[in-house]
Amino acid sequence: MKNRADYVIIGGGVSGCSIAYNLAKNGAKNIVVIEKKYICGGSTGACGAGVRMQWGTEMNCKLSKFSIDYYENAAQALDYADGIEFKQKGYLLIAATNSEFDQFKKNVVVQKACGIPSRIVSKEEAKELAPHLNTDMIVGGAFCEKDGFLNPFKTTDAFYRAAKRLGVEFYPYTQVTGITVENGRIKGVDTTQGYIECPVVVNCAGGFSADIAKMAGVTIPVKRERHQILVTEPVTPVQPAMIMGFKLNIYIQQSLHGSFIMGRNNLNEATDGRVTSTWQFLDEMSKTVDTLLPLISKLRVIRQWAGLYAMTPNRQPIYDKAQEVEGMYLACGFSGHGFMFGPVTGVAMADMILGLTPTIDVAPLGLSQFSDKSTLVIEPAVV
Amino acid sequence: MKDDNVIICRCSDVTLKDIRDLIDQGYNTFDEIKRITRIGMGACQGKTCTQLVLREIATRTGKPIESLKPQTSRPTAVGVKLGVIAKGDCDDEK
Ligand SMILES: Cc1cc2nc3c(=O)[nH]c(=O)nc-3n(C[C@H](O)[C@H](O)[C@H](O)COP(=O)(O)OP(=O)(O)OC[C@H]3O[C@@H](n4cnc5c(N)ncnc54)[C@H](O)[C@@H]3O)c2cc1C
Repeated sequence: MKNRADYVIIGGGVSGCSIAYNLAKNGAKNIVVIEKKYICGGSTGACGAGVRMQWGTEMNCKLSKFSIDYYENAAQALDYADGIEFKQKGYLLIAATNSEFDQFKKNVVVQKACGIPSRIVSKEEAKELAPHLNTDMIVGGAFCEKDGFLNPFKTTDAFYRAAKRLGVEFYPYTQVTGITVENGRIKGVDTTQGYIECPVVVNCAGGFSADIAKMAGVTIPVKRERHQILVTEPVTPVQPAMIMGFKLNIYIQQSLHGSFIMGRNNLNEATDGRVTSTWQFLDEMSKTVDTLLPLISKLRVIRQWAGLYAMTPNRQPIYDKAQEVEGMYLACGFSGHGFMFGPVTGVAMADMILGLTPTIDVAPLGLSQFSDKSTLVIEPAVV
Repeated sequence: MKDDNVIICRCSDVTLKDIRDLIDQGYNTFDEIKRITRIGMGACQGKTCTQLVLREIATRTGKPIESLKPQTSRPTAVGVKLGVIAKGDCDDEK
């Protein structure tokens, strides 16, 4: 392992790989990525793989639009022969109550202003988009045909391989155990494989980003939560769009491979970093499916798993540098939607770190977004 | 037999050649190979392929097979219909 680097990126998920690639693409040298497991071994490898532009805050809309535009051509841009399996068959958001439906209407106004092709749909249109949906449980919905999902492993692998070709060094199965700070500046990083001297650390450690920040004496408002998910046996295609309801507490998509992947949240989820599975999740998930999508309840569950959401107070990510020390950059707090932000995370952070003219303005996503609780813009559309 | 004719994972249709190529490119744990190929993600959840893949990793990298990890075991132990779980029923399909 190197004992000196210009940039140490902590975390080999989609964020770390995309940041590494974008730094190298802009000519930066001596970049290393430290990952305690393997590439994609964190939340990215556990996620629901959905990408959507139907958000309620302007920033989330802009970030996802930028990323989805990129994903449309990512396989070519990253020269990834295997392809990243991007399927754009839309997201159908379903409203269970009139107040939820009103929120969708407000969100669509924000989305339209950002150039996002979303629209409000009636109960009847929802039934056409998803004939197996029990529309007695909904009052209406919203739809955006450009939303969809893609393979998170291949997407991350594409960034990883492209970064590697540009000279980035990856150290999997290596854990960061400490960060040395001297006179208010980052000096280096301790790992299970040795010490690396470096002036810049990029913290994109997902559910562990607050712990990494703390190693340098930095406090960030990121709290982790376990989120559970399951997959069924594969069957012939019956559901093109991802279906998602916030009140009904479900997201469910049929993957290209044919299996159904679904998840929901639970307010009492574990926050200690564990990613074990519980029977309670299986019980709640199956009951929701059984009433909302009876056809799907005929399918067998073959695996359930879990990953971490890294939540911020307003469910928008943090792109910034730390205040307390010089040299720590933050790309974290993705609040359950960081996979889809992969491309924009890389571009925005590389611009910030290298002092380039910003390709996209992410200034509103600095730590100061949390300083005044009364003006906090809270993302309403999160499962 | 040529190794591209040997199927290692019947659920996800992965050949011995796919596995060998990935190991040679540095994807040398079960979890990494799984994420690229879907091996072990199918109905059998690795019950057929795990030992075959681990043996291949051991032979090609020289690491002792005892030191290699399979994927995490997760529920459910066998496939169970969602509706059966929801209703607390018995899966009576013979
Ligand atoms: C069940 C579930 C469903 C989801 N569904 C979606 C979805 O549909 N769409 C979407 O966009 N997002 C979704 N997400 C959220 C998404 O997974 C994350 O926001 C995204 O993967 C974050 O990527 P990341 O690279 O920032 O973090 P991660 O992928 O978690 O990467 C961080 C890495 O840092 C490593 N690390 C931590 N500590 C250390 C250390 N001390 N030393 C070295 N390495 C360390 C970890 O091992 C990890 O690999 C979902 C998440 C879950 C859990």
